[in-house]
Amino acid sequence: MIELKSLTKQFGNFTAVDNISLQVQAGEVLGFLGPNGAGKSTTMKMLTGFLPPTSGVAVVCGCDVMEKPLEAQRQIGYLPEGAPLYGDMSVGRFLHFIAEIRGFRGSEAERRVLQSVDRLELRDVYHQSIETLSKGFKRRVGLAQAILHDPKVLILDEPTDGLDPNQKHQVRQLIQTLSQDKIVVISTHILEEVTAVCTRAVIISAGRVVADGTPLELEQRSRHHQAVSLVVNAEIDVSGLRSLPGVADVQADESGRRVTVFPANGQAIFPHVQAHAQAQGWEVQAMHVERGRLDEVFREITIGGGQ
Amino acid sequence: MSAVGILFRRELGAYFATPLAYVYTTIFLMLAGVFTFYLGSFYERQQADLMAFFNFHPWLYLFLVPAVSMRLWSEDRRSGVVELLMTLPVRNFELVLGKFLAAWVFTGLALALTFPIWLTVSYLGDPDHGVILASYLGSWLMAGSFLAIGSCMSAATRNQVIAFIFTLVTCFIFIVSGFSIVLDAFSGWAPTALLDAIAALSFLTHFDAIAKGVISIRDLLYFVGMIVVWLVATSIVIDLKKAE
Repeated sequence: MIELKSLTKQFGNFTAVDNISLQVQAGEVLGFLGPNGAGKSTTMKMLTGFLPPTSGVAVVCGCDVMEKPLEAQRQIGYLPEGAPLYGDMSVGRFLHFIAEIRGFRGSEAERRVLQSVDRLELRDVYHQSIETLSKGFKRRVGLAQAILHDPKVLILDEPTDGLDPNQKHQVRQLIQTLSQDKIVVISTHILEEVTAVCTRAVIISAGRVVADGTPLELEQRSRHHQAVSLVVNAEIDVSGLRSLPGVADVQADESGRRVTVFPANGQAIFPHVQAHAQAQGWEVQAMHVERGRLDEVFREITIGGGQ
Repeated sequence: MSAVGILFRRELGAYFATPLAYVYTTIFLMLAGVFTFYLGSFYERQQADLMAFFNFHPWLYLFLVPAVSMRLWSEDRRSGVVELLMTLPVRNFELVLGKFLAAWVFTGLALALTFPIWLTVSYLGDPDHGVILASYLGSWLMAGSFLAIGSCMSAATRNQVIAFIFTLVTCFIFIVSGFSIVLDAFSGWAPTALLDAIAALSFLTHFDAIAKGVISIRDLLYFVGMIVVWLVATSIVIDLKKAE
């Protein structure tokens, strides 16, 4: 379990992290969301014992990170931002170095290294020096290093940054298979990632937690949640849609053929819209209910000034 | 193997992963030869000792040791690897010690490769081998002190060139503090105790004593103390600066 109690970090007069309190349970995949400079990385750096907090405590698996840093760090696998690595070492040597530092010797070290090499498909570049690798491979070496000791807590700072869509998919699958009995904390500003892998999303802005919930709960805050989009063959008169029960607003694009009907308070308006379309005899090409847009919620929360 | 040992092996390996180590060793050996035979007039002195060789070591180290020490921490801070290292279950001083020992053993290897000069002087005459051995030890200890200073300077900046210059200047101060040029500036007004203290801080005073074959506890303590103090300083500096 991870527990943050009133965690605060100040750099001079600037407050990077402002009184954050959180609890994360095993099995949770927590997505840290926020604009650049919101304090995501700083929070992670305090969680891993790299930076001391100005005040407050971070507890990882029962160990206060400041008081018992080594015990806490043994439980943590960490991918720092930008996946820094020793460029002059080969992938194999580097992973062996990490395995030894983590306390594994001989055949056990070998087994661990090969296991994480296989999990991240690094076999082809095993003997290659790290500085010659592409960005995607470097990121995977960083991940291999983080999961090598099978940690209870995985902290990944922008794990899919710089990967192509296939590699992103692969990493997300890896996170999902790893997450069963672990705590995974990832920071990202790719919103689709949160929907894809996270069981919980925490949005931070200016060092404070401004939203905390499942991705679904956050989506429900969106104006688009339960909205109905329809595409019709010819321009239609939308005034009739406005007077349907539960409809808050109707928007049409310039052609007038693509219409979005927004509900009031997330009510289910699909049946009414469908019935109306049939009654009017519109030739509907497509019609669907939207889940809600996380990016909209994100913008609203982080720019619109809190909840 | 302990964490220090693992870090030491990685760091030492890193020296030989690039041509840097070989270039450095070659330059060191060439300069050592030039200083001994041309500036030190090794043959003209007609004496079976290596004073001509060891006398130039402080000056040789003044330029060559900062070149080794400048990358100790600057490079890792620039690349961000320091964040990875410091979140591994290793103590701060183990990192400092591992890196320092690798650099120290590396300069020790370069120093050991000057052995042909020992063979030469043994062939030409009958030198006091005890004195030569003591001089080698003194020289290596001095290199360690230079490196410890360099380690601290390297921890203070991401820029290797700045680390190089700061190390060079600090080491230079520690060399010349035993010279009459510096001491004369104080001798008119400062109390003798201060004068002695300044002179006692000099590398030269202690190195000369060991190079004469006298290994006293005082001189050993001086070098070991220098190394410890600067390594502790490194550990503090890296802790303060890592957030930047």
